[in-house]
Amino acid sequence: MNPQPNSPAPTADGASSGLSLAIAWLFVGIPLLWGVSQTFIKALTLFK
Amino acid sequence: MADNSTSLLDRSRTVAGPGYNRWLIPPAALAIHLAIGQAYAFSVFKKPLGALLSGDVDHPAAGDWTPGQIGWIFSIAIVLLGLSAAIFGKWLERVGPRKAMMAAALCFSGGFFVGALGVKLHSLALLYFGYGFMGGIGLGIGYISPVSTLIKWFPDRKGVATGMAIMGFGGGAMIASPLSVALMAHFKDTAPMGVAPTFITLGIIYFIFMQFGVWTIRVPADDWTPAGYVPNTEHSALITSGNVSADNAIKTPQFWLLWVVLLMNVTAGIGVLETASPLIQDTFSDKAMGPGRGVTAAAAAGFVGLLSLFNLLGRFFWSSASDKLGRKPTYMIYFGLGVLLYALIPTLGHNLQLGLFVAAACVIISMYGGGFATVPAYLSDLFGKYQVGAIHGRLLTAWSTAGVLGPVIVNYLHESRKAEGFTGAAAYQSVFYTMAGLLVVGFLANLAVTAVNQRYFEKGPVAVAAGGH
Repeated sequence: MNPQPNSPAPTADGASSGLSLAIAWLFVGIPLLWGVSQTFIKALTLFK
Repeated sequence: MADNSTSLLDRSRTVAGPGYNRWLIPPAALAIHLAIGQAYAFSVFKKPLGALLSGDVDHPAAGDWTPGQIGWIFSIAIVLLGLSAAIFGKWLERVGPRKAMMAAALCFSGGFFVGALGVKLHSLALLYFGYGFMGGIGLGIGYISPVSTLIKWFPDRKGVATGMAIMGFGGGAMIASPLSVALMAHFKDTAPMGVAPTFITLGIIYFIFMQFGVWTIRVPADDWTPAGYVPNTEHSALITSGNVSADNAIKTPQFWLLWVVLLMNVTAGIGVLETASPLIQDTFSDKAMGPGRGVTAAAAAGFVGLLSLFNLLGRFFWSSASDKLGRKPTYMIYFGLGVLLYALIPTLGHNLQLGLFVAAACVIISMYGGGFATVPAYLSDLFGKYQVGAIHGRLLTAWSTAGVLGPVIVNYLHESRKAEGFTGAAAYQSVFYTMAGLLVVGFLANLAVTAVNQRYFEKGPVAVAAGGH
């Protein structure tokens, strides 16, 4: 059953909002940091 | 695409409730941009795609695709990026970011699947259609899908917010490049060069990854503003209090001046990116530096990696700085400092000053990335929030133009100098002086930007957030 079209998405309380925030940033942050670290390692060869 | 349905993808279903934490929005935007940024890692497929029949990248068979044929795949994707961003921008503003992100995910991932079929059947046309055409549409819709939403959530930090998302586009290639190489190595015994299964795997991974953005994106309520936010027009008179539609924006000189600004910035940046590896090897060769002291191919790859890092960092740093400095002064820095550095590069190469040469190139590339990331906020300052995503989409045709023109200009100038007998740094001299000239044009275009005439403003109130259009 669908809610009314204009009903806003539910919001979380403070604690679960903090957890959501952490999960969201980790979800995108981990692959980004992995990619950056791989590139950084590659870049180091310039200084060897 | 009716707005009155109750599909989970509709804009009305993405309106955030009171107290929603706006810092959940940048990760949603990053999920899209980190995925579609894969496009800039396409070069890792060039050699394998050119050896599907022979199975040996160093000895292609007669029927294998040539580098020129393969190069068109990326060109088609970049052209379609600009065209689809321009065409679908107003649709995006109407239906909201979630439906647009889903469309982007379907096109982008679908492009991999069709592309895999093209590889399997060794059909170049199918590969052009899949990775180039379909994937390019995914790129265009995906690129602009979170921009206006971010600007609405962060009216006080537009540069920071859009910088974070567009930084993701730079970071996407850093993830995709090693991931694709690892996947091709894993699948090399199951399919020619492991390309087709790698495409399928990437299509699945990116579709799932982009779903995170699709289902976590929210638009603010119509009346929402950040706590304590007071619109700031102190920086300059360029920050408008009105709203201009996408159709009216393209009638203004300001839009076309910014189009030239983006075109010049991107074309000049491509001048460095296209030549980076051969440039540093030719300029600082064993012949110039002494036996065993020249820059090797591995070190040149390191240089390219370093440029990628500065491209990424520049997107966030410069765009964030523009919140404090103002957009127009920030572009003045890009072009003013850029002209000096581009003109200096041949001299630094001639004098064999490797450290300064690398530093200058890194600053140049940081400003190239910054140019991409700052432009949505510049557009929002000039045209308001109403249809800034659609206006941004239309502006991206400048990127497509630069993506095709830039390499052509660079290769022509370089080959001409080589044909004249110049070697080393001297062979690139005209490339960099020409790029410096382009930046002068960009500087003048930016200098000419003034506030948009009020006759282009929408009459009466406009719905710029959740209420829809």
